[in-house]
Amino acid sequence: MSISIDDVRHIAALARLGLTDARAASLVGELSTILGHMDVLSTLDTRGVQPAIGVGARGLPTRWDSGPPIPLERSLDAFAPSLREGLLLVPRLSSHESVEEG
Amino acid sequence: MTPVSRSAAQLRDDTAAGGLSPSGTVKAAIARAREVGAGPERLNIFAWSNDDDAREHAANCLDQMSDTTPGLLLGVPVAIKDNIATLTLPTTCGSHILDGYVSPYEATVVRKLREAGAIPFGKTNMDEFAMGSSTEHSAYGPTRNPLAPDRVPGGSSGGSAAAVAAGIVPVALGSETGGSVRQPASFCGVVGVKPTYGRVSRFGLVAFASSLDNVGVVGATVDDAARGLHVIAGHDRLDSTSADLPVPVYHEAAAGSVKGMVIGKPKEYFPETLDPRIRARCDEALERLKALGAVVRDVSLPNTAMAIPVYYIVAPAEASSNLARFDGVRYGLRIEGDGLRGMYEATRSQGFGPEVTRRILLGTYVLSAGYYDAYYRKAQQVRTLIAADFGRVFASGVDLLFTPTTPTTAFRIGAISDPYEMYMSDIFTVTANLAGIPAMSQPIGLVDGLPVGGQFMAAHFDEMKMFAAAYALERAQAAQGRA
Repeated sequence: MSISIDDVRHIAALARLGLTDARAASLVGELSTILGHMDVLSTLDTRGVQPAIGVGARGLPTRWDSGPPIPLERSLDAFAPSLREGLLLVPRLSSHESVEEG
Repeated sequence: MTPVSRSAAQLRDDTAAGGLSPSGTVKAAIARAREVGAGPERLNIFAWSNDDDAREHAANCLDQMSDTTPGLLLGVPVAIKDNIATLTLPTTCGSHILDGYVSPYEATVVRKLREAGAIPFGKTNMDEFAMGSSTEHSAYGPTRNPLAPDRVPGGSSGGSAAAVAAGIVPVALGSETGGSVRQPASFCGVVGVKPTYGRVSRFGLVAFASSLDNVGVVGATVDDAARGLHVIAGHDRLDSTSADLPVPVYHEAAAGSVKGMVIGKPKEYFPETLDPRIRARCDEALERLKALGAVVRDVSLPNTAMAIPVYYIVAPAEASSNLARFDGVRYGLRIEGDGLRGMYEATRSQGFGPEVTRRILLGTYVLSAGYYDAYYRKAQQVRTLIAADFGRVFASGVDLLFTPTTPTTAFRIGAISDPYEMYMSDIFTVTANLAGIPAMSQPIGLVDGLPVGGQFMAAHFDEMKMFAAAYALERAQAAQGRA
C-alpha cells in the first residue's frame, strides 16, 4: 500500500501536526514502506473473528463516570502554559474575538 | 560489602536491623552513579536526577511507610522511568513537549514504593513516549549500555535497565507496551518482568497505547524483580483496568520447583534464521530446566508472524488518540502560531521527535475513513487469533512457554536506521502484550561477551509459576557457574 503526499498532508492536518515540505516528502516513503509490511494481514481469513475488545481474561472493565477525584498536589497555575482567573487561555479562533478584546 | 552490591532483600534486612542507614545507601548509590559515569557525559542513564531529592527521600523513607512493620523495600533505592508521575522530579517521557513538567499527582506505583520504604532514585531515560527499542529516540540523547558503551541498552526502558546493570540500584520501574522492559533487560543482562495486564495500577503512567501498556519491573536478580512486583501489584480504584484479585507473595516462589512443570517451546520463536548462538543458549537453559524435572514440549503459536504488523497498527492507533492531549493548552510546551490551529501544529511539530511523529501519523492513517476496516479492524481480529493461540496452548496442559527474549544481542548505537527493522527487535515480546499475559526475561548466558535473555511466558495471573521457574533456572545457572 503506497500513500501519497496528499495523504500525508491530510493525516497531518487530522493529527494537528505541522510538517515542512521536506519532512512531508520523506514521510511518504517511510509510511508507505511500513504500511507495505502490514499488507500480510490481508492474507489471513478473519471472517467471523471478533475484533479484540479489552485484554486478557477480564474483558473491558468499566466504572461509573463519577470516579474518585484525582488527588492533585499542585494547582493548575503551577503547570498550565497560560492561565487567567483559573481558566486556560488559548489563541483565538478566526471566528471569535480575542481574549484581550472580549 | 558496599550497599550498592547488596540485593533488595539484603538492603531491607540490614536497614531494618539498623546495620545500614537509608542515607548511607543513597550516598553509596550516588557515588556508584558517578563512578560508572551515569550522567549525560557517558552513559546518560537518567533524564532527571537530583542528589538532594534522593537524600530527602532517604531521610523520609522510614516515616513514609504505611505501617510500623519494616516495608519490603525499606531502604532500597529504586529508579523510576521518566513516564511515571512523581511529585518531586519532572516527568517528561523523554520528550521536549513535556520539558520541565512536574506532575501535580503521584503514580500509584510510586506511592506504593514509598509506603514500602523504598527510596525513589532519579527518573530514567527512555525512548520518547516509550516509542522505541534502543533508547536512542530520547529528546535528552541516547543512553549507552553499561556493559558495552558503544551499544544500546535496548528500549524503551533503557535507562531503567542500565541503572540496574550498572549497579546503581537493585530495582527499577519501567513500562511495557511491546517489550520495553524485557528487551532492555535482555540487552543489559538483568531481569525484566511484564505482569499480566491489570495486575499493576497504571494511574500516573503516561498513556501510550492503553490496551497494551503495563508498568513493569527491572531487577538485578529474579528475587529483586519479584519483590519489586509484589510491592506495586494490586487493585487501585484510580485505575478501572486494574484487577481486584489477591496478590501472591511473588518472592515465595523461590521455594517452588519446576518438577513436573510442562514448558512449551514454540517453534515460531526458534526460526531457522535465529542466530545459532542464541538458540544454543536457549537450548542450554531448557536442558537445565529438564534436569530439574521439567517436561519440555514442542508447541506451535501459528499466528506469531502476524504480531509485529498487528502491534504496529494497534499501538500507533491508540497513541494517536492518547497523544492528542499534548497540544500546548493545559501543560507542557507551547509554541505560538497563527491562531489556535497554528499553535497546536507548531507545538506538536516542535515538541515531538521524528519517531513519535511517524507513529502518530501512522495511527491517524489506520483509523481514518476508508482505511479503518482494512487496517485497524483487521489488526484487532488478528489480535484475537494471537490471544487464542496462547489460550489453546495453556489449556492443553502447558504451564509456561520458553523462548529467546530478542533475536539479537545489543546492537551498536546508530546501527539500525530503518524504522521497520527496529520494530522487528520486538518480534518475540509484543505477543505477550497483545494477549495481556505475563512474561519475563532473565539472563541465560553470553554471545561474544554480550548478554542473552531467555523469556518465560505464562497464562493470565500465573506469575507465580513464571517466578518459580525463573528462580530455579537462576539457581541452576549459578551452581553451574560455581562448578
